[in-house]
Amino acid sequence: MNAFNSRLAGALAATTLFTSTAVAGELVINTDTSDPAPKAAFEALIAGFEAENPDITVKWNLFDHEGYKTSIRNFLTADAPDLANWYAGNRMLPYVEAGLFEPVDDVWEQNGLGETLASAKGSMTIDGKIWGVPYTYYQWGIYYRSDIFEQNGITAPETFDDLLAACNTLSEAGITPITIGTKYLWTAAGVFDYLNLRTNGYDFHMALTKGEVPWTDDRVKATMENWKRMLDANCFLENHAAYSWQEALAPMVQGDAAMYVMGNFAVAPLREAGLTDEQIGFFQFPRISDDVPMAEEAPTDTIHIPANAKNKEDAKKFLAYLARAEVQTEVNKTLGQLPINKDSQVGDDKFLQAGYEMLSGTEGGIAQFFDRDAPAEMAKAGMEGFQEFMVKPERMDKILERLEKVRQRVYE
Amino acid sequence: MTAPIVPDTHPPLRRSWWKENQQRLAPWLFLAPGIFMFAVYVIIPIFQSINISFYDWDGLGERTWVGADNYVELMDDEAFYTSLKNNVIWLVLYMLAIPMGLFVALFLNQTVRGIRIYKSLFFFPFVISQVVVGLVFAWFYDPSYGLMNIALGWFGIEPIAVLANEDYVTYGIIAAGLWPQTAYCMILYLTGLNAVDPEQIEAARLDNAKGAKLLWYVILPQLRPATFIAVVVTVIGALRSFDLISIMTDGGPWGSSRVLAFYMYEQAFSEYGFRMGYGAAIAVVLFLIMMVYITGFLWKMYRDEKGY
Repeated sequence: MNAFNSRLAGALAATTLFTSTAVAGELVINTDTSDPAPKAAFEALIAGFEAENPDITVKWNLFDHEGYKTSIRNFLTADAPDLANWYAGNRMLPYVEAGLFEPVDDVWEQNGLGETLASAKGSMTIDGKIWGVPYTYYQWGIYYRSDIFEQNGITAPETFDDLLAACNTLSEAGITPITIGTKYLWTAAGVFDYLNLRTNGYDFHMALTKGEVPWTDDRVKATMENWKRMLDANCFLENHAAYSWQEALAPMVQGDAAMYVMGNFAVAPLREAGLTDEQIGFFQFPRISDDVPMAEEAPTDTIHIPANAKNKEDAKKFLAYLARAEVQTEVNKTLGQLPINKDSQVGDDKFLQAGYEMLSGTEGGIAQFFDRDAPAEMAKAGMEGFQEFMVKPERMDKILERLEKVRQRVYE
Repeated sequence: MTAPIVPDTHPPLRRSWWKENQQRLAPWLFLAPGIFMFAVYVIIPIFQSINISFYDWDGLGERTWVGADNYVELMDDEAFYTSLKNNVIWLVLYMLAIPMGLFVALFLNQTVRGIRIYKSLFFFPFVISQVVVGLVFAWFYDPSYGLMNIALGWFGIEPIAVLANEDYVTYGIIAAGLWPQTAYCMILYLTGLNAVDPEQIEAARLDNAKGAKLLWYVILPQLRPATFIAVVVTVIGALRSFDLISIMTDGGPWGSSRVLAFYMYEQAFSEYGFRMGYGAAIAVVLFLIMMVYITGFLWKMYRDEKGY
């Protein structure tokens, strides 16, 4: 729809080309923002950019979310757009290493992004160069049914023991404490990451995902032992391996489950399913060890310039535009997520405010996510192991040995 | 004076090279487009895959020669053996589609009012997409709302999460696959049954043959061509079981429902797969396994042609 409009505008621009000497640049953007909110956010973003740069016409190709993950490899090599969205951290490493992304240090320097986007600089840097511009991130934590908590006389847990006690109380009342669907694996990684961040801290999380620590290390085992305590307290939904994360929303909506360890994107479908803001609450994943500063997960979404782009000059203009405080404010208001720019305003949604408060007060550090911090092969093997562990915790040693074997191969 | 009659010493007009060789060349000319396509899309890629399997390559950057490393790793990869085992289970259990198809065909091979409707209904699962079959069965198996577990509940049996259980998952997917495959075998046998010679049956009946013996000694031998095709399509169906697995479990739980084709896809093309070399090595192993079958198939064709 928008691509069509832009093309129409392009045709108009082409007719005016004969009368003016200005060269109308065409900027091609590929994104996978096909869900309703992200789509609307990008429509507004592109319209705003075009209004400010009348000589540039944007051609926007919208991809399906899952299909994008495989097609990006093709279009980066064969028919590169001028901009493409992707993710920070190790998820962009294969493309950086293959020389398919363009470093954008100059954009950062000229626009003072080192200061305004400082919080995300680390996750955008590989080999001392910056590879894109981040525009949004969102918190992870535990979303819960506050009405069910109230009925069972539970308050939002602050320590791990509180959480385990809540699990016991809820399962005795016949309610599944935490719903989860691990069919597509990554949801289990969210739980692992939080247990690991709380047990061993941010630095250990980074060392583990960078392959510097063996999986058979006692600290990993400590994380798994804590996970086992949750399993023993019947914290999780039965048969979770049969469900996707969306399917696992259903028990929570129906009141059969009370909590969900999830990213902030879970709020929109919960609301759509008819839950009111009074029924949904959010709390930070509880503290496990007092010695470990609380670190959080907040995956960052980014936009990059492919190395084979034709119109890099205008692409850089777009990145500079995207990095601006007021632009990030608007985009994230529509997205229902948090802006990266420190001068931007956070939407007045209660979950955004809670997330912003939690993340800006974080002492421990902000991790991306297991499958963004760890390289693809390690991530896949790890998440499969987590799923297996959740069903067969007695196999812990065997699983960790298997992961260690993968680690030794992947990081050599 | 008459001119002497001399034999015509002129040699007969030489036929052109084309005319001379036309008989020999024509088949090759007609085959050429097919051979070209087959070479470009089948033969050459086979050798390319074998070649890639000796490299470490992420599909984007430089290839590095690693020799047989991918194969060495494969020999020590649990997931590979799981996939291999599942492939064997698929091949064996999928064969059930043939007797089941035969049974349905025999059942439907009668003339009653509206038989065409029944035949179409039985054939229906083969017409719908495998993706739909997978979805329908995934819902059927759903541990909380699925029809199967509601039915089990009537007999006081606890719900079984077929697709989340590493021991049942492959059987659950095969059961889903058997539904359309049985329909396919049924249609093959129905056409075969049309060609059964009624005189032979009459003769057999006069000799007091009936029931199972009649089926085994008189009908089945005449259905041999249908059986042969049914075996071929069922083996192929078992080996291309990819779509059902992808839809129903995505290879899970923890990779226990993978088959070789799915594992190859995962390693090479999926969201987390960047290992073209390793994927190619899996493909080569799958190819070798299929070669055994293909060789057997060709050998049988050859023998049949010779008329043994």
